[in-house]
Amino acid sequence: MVAADMVEEPSGLLFEGPEWDFDKLRRVYDAIEDIALNEFGLDVYPSQIEVITSEQMLDAYASIGLPLMYRHWSFGKRFAREEALYRHGLQGLAYEIVINSSPCISYIMEENSMAMQTLVLSHAAFGHNHFFKNNYLFRQWTDATGILDYLTFARDFVSHTEEQHGVEAVERVLDAAHALMNHGVHRYARPPKLNLEEERQRQEDRRRYFEENYDDIWRTTLIGEKREEDVSARAKQRTEIRRKLGLPEENILYFLEKRAPRLEPWQRELVRIVRHISQYFYPQKQTRLMNEGCATFVHYEIMTRLHEKGLINDGTFLEALHSHTSVIFQPDFDDPRYHGINPYALGFAMMRDIKRICLEPSDEDREWFPDIAGNRDPYGTLRHAWANYRDESFVLQYLSPRLIREFRLFRVLDEAGNDALIVRAIHDERGYRDIRRSLARHYDLARHDPDIQIRDVDLAGDRCLVLTHAVHNGILLDEPSCRAVLDHLGELWRYGIRLEEIDASSDRVLKTHEVPARL
Amino acid sequence: MNIIDRRPNPKGKSLANRQRFIDRARGEVKRALSDALKRRKVGESDGGEKVSIPTRGITEPMFHRASSGGWRDYIVPGNKKFVVGDTIERPPSGENDGRGSASPEDGGEQDAFEFVLSKEEFLNLFFEDLELPDLVKTRLKESEATQLSRAGFSIAGTPANLNLVRTMRNSLARRISLHRPTPSEIAALQRQVDAALAADDAEGAAQGSLDLDNAQRKARRVAYIDPVDVRYNRFERVPKPNTQAVMFCLMDVSGSMTEAMKDLAKRFFLLLHVFLTRRYKLVEIVFIRHTSNAQEVDEETFFHSRETGGTIVSTALEEMLRIVRDRYNPANWNIYAAQASDGDNYTEDSDRCSLLLGGEILPLSQYFAYIEVGAEATLRHGFPSPPTDLWRTYGQIAAERSNFAMRKVADPTQIFPVFHELFAKQRENA
Repeated sequence: MVAADMVEEPSGLLFEGPEWDFDKLRRVYDAIEDIALNEFGLDVYPSQIEVITSEQMLDAYASIGLPLMYRHWSFGKRFAREEALYRHGLQGLAYEIVINSSPCISYIMEENSMAMQTLVLSHAAFGHNHFFKNNYLFRQWTDATGILDYLTFARDFVSHTEEQHGVEAVERVLDAAHALMNHGVHRYARPPKLNLEEERQRQEDRRRYFEENYDDIWRTTLIGEKREEDVSARAKQRTEIRRKLGLPEENILYFLEKRAPRLEPWQRELVRIVRHISQYFYPQKQTRLMNEGCATFVHYEIMTRLHEKGLINDGTFLEALHSHTSVIFQPDFDDPRYHGINPYALGFAMMRDIKRICLEPSDEDREWFPDIAGNRDPYGTLRHAWANYRDESFVLQYLSPRLIREFRLFRVLDEAGNDALIVRAIHDERGYRDIRRSLARHYDLARHDPDIQIRDVDLAGDRCLVLTHAVHNGILLDEPSCRAVLDHLGELWRYGIRLEEIDASSDRVLKTHEVPARL
Repeated sequence: MNIIDRRPNPKGKSLANRQRFIDRARGEVKRALSDALKRRKVGESDGGEKVSIPTRGITEPMFHRASSGGWRDYIVPGNKKFVVGDTIERPPSGENDGRGSASPEDGGEQDAFEFVLSKEEFLNLFFEDLELPDLVKTRLKESEATQLSRAGFSIAGTPANLNLVRTMRNSLARRISLHRPTPSEIAALQRQVDAALAADDAEGAAQGSLDLDNAQRKARRVAYIDPVDVRYNRFERVPKPNTQAVMFCLMDVSGSMTEAMKDLAKRFFLLLHVFLTRRYKLVEIVFIRHTSNAQEVDEETFFHSRETGGTIVSTALEEMLRIVRDRYNPANWNIYAAQASDGDNYTEDSDRCSLLLGGEILPLSQYFAYIEVGAEATLRHGFPSPPTDLWRTYGQIAAERSNFAMRKVADPTQIFPVFHELFAKQRENA
């Protein structure tokens, strides 16, 4: 049927041999598109395929996968490290990088063989692309059409600022903002869409506003000096100030951008840029398992279909399978290669498992997944899962007992003070739910990143910024890194800072870190 | 769908970032470099250097939880024998027992950060503000070696140097200006004549053949390529800067020189060699060791074999002079020498040394450095130890000659500062 259009190769094959060229890429893309859209019902952004060299791939790595980026030494550091690893053969390069934008840009490397290009096109241009376009987190939190424009703005702004204020001054702010990057995310409210023109305008407005006005935060000090007699009135006033400032606030960068008393407008703008980039990556961090699982599943299914339809030969298929199996390899915990659970392996296994449950459910599946078992619509079910879950909820919903047995998952408890770890659950009837729940928790970013919030600012006094870390399970912050980050924070806030580690269950203060004011 | 070939795009998008990173880590990199130098051999200065620098100063800290303490649980694959309630010995700390979603951005600290500097980056950092003494330049003017260099075109030359493009361009210009008919114009006239003849147009044919005749005559008279068109590539001999140097390493290997002293000397030689390679295309090294007599040896023997005997420094200087006469004509070679000694010398030898050095060696050499290596104890002593024989002798020469320098070194950490001091840019003195 489809093969009828592919008259170029008399055998019906799309290509033969390892060499690739642009014609072949186009032909293969069309064949994949036919399968992906018509058979699997995927829905993708328009694609842009860019062929790059390995050196350019290293460049792309260094700028955290984005095609444009402002300049900063940390990207040079990343580049130096990746290059050293690559040169020593310790680490291969990724076959592709894909960018959540519209059009969806997939980088593919010139070194890949044609079989690999086919695999990569299915993986990136359809798997990831579909996920980016349909998953609710990406739909709500990132703006695929605006990101490239915004990055252009960011890059130009940073280089312009460097010219005006010197590289060093800009670097200091960026360093500090990078240190707080993970705490520059709105977790609950949806951020507004990015718009290049508005960004420029707003930055200009801000500059003018600061030229014309005093900041509120300066004025409140006068109130403090009036020496309030009444203690309760004073407490009330503090509550009022906190309400006005929107405290407690967990988006530290946001708070600094809006409220830090001694930042220049351009410094605020830099903080904002870092905050936006962090926000852009936030959904990716929450959906790594699903995103890779989706892409891996899609490339596997597409390669299989291409082979079934006689569009690729056995050699190509085997080469792709060889690469596929090494990607989804999951070593056991006692294996020296073990490095945590491989998101490709678990993601792919879960997607396949869902397909199996839809088509050939066992009695166990009927009991655990009554609504999808045997519904004969694997792709519809998967599309629904891809669109409406993130890693945590996906594991919680779809990890089946059968997979727990296959991976032989078990839960180990590590309590400080005990000499030994204790096995709390294994792959048996009593353990399934326990393991599923704990594994899902590991994918919950909110639990993974330390929960740090700005609680109070002593506006009437020394403007000391008070942060709290809600300590769960008695795990404190790592001391040296905490100190270093607080130093960076001090760079932006300029007054004293106190971080209290408070046990979440008992409200007891376990530890306090302080940084003096910089005057 | 769009396929774009980005391969021709400029490479090195990260170069600016890499530069910033190196600037950032400059201090650390320099320290790492001097460590790395200890491992190198004197002649080994090609290629970049792998440096491993501590992460201090280039950390990107993030808030993250401590790796120990508290209460935590892991989900791990590959259960083979455990049942609920089993206990497992705690793996040694630092061993990552695998949190399901541990990622590198987790703030995972590395102890050291390793990357490769290119040769250029390495040397730039290392010799950041050092300069060879200005003497070299006066020397360069005297150099006799020459090399051919392109210098425009000439009207005479050998056929091998014929410049076709120039020649044909001249020829074309001349043919156009003299209205030489082209072959196609002649062919057209010929056709005209043929057509007239075929049409029995006698008058036209006569006129046509007259034109044709004129054109053919003109084509014969105006040559296609005339001798005036011909151009040759011209070469000129230009004096070639002297780009080869020889470096003499002189060392006292008598019993009084300890391994530590030799190590100090070795480091100094190494630095000098690296520095010279930056300036000269070819640097040869001659190792001369001496006790009461001197001989030329290879590097291995130079640093590692032990000899016994007294110390007569002049033998080494004589040996050096002999080698210079035999192999290194001062007109073609820049001569550098570094001498390392603990300062002992046979007292009667001193005069001879100063005569040899001041009268013969220094006029031939670009630079002569004397490093006196001392045991740490003697220098740390409350009183400065009395100057050694050699130091006194050389002290007089140093006062007179600008291409002679002497320093004392007691500790590996002083090597670089001393070297730096010797070669620090001295624009104002020049």
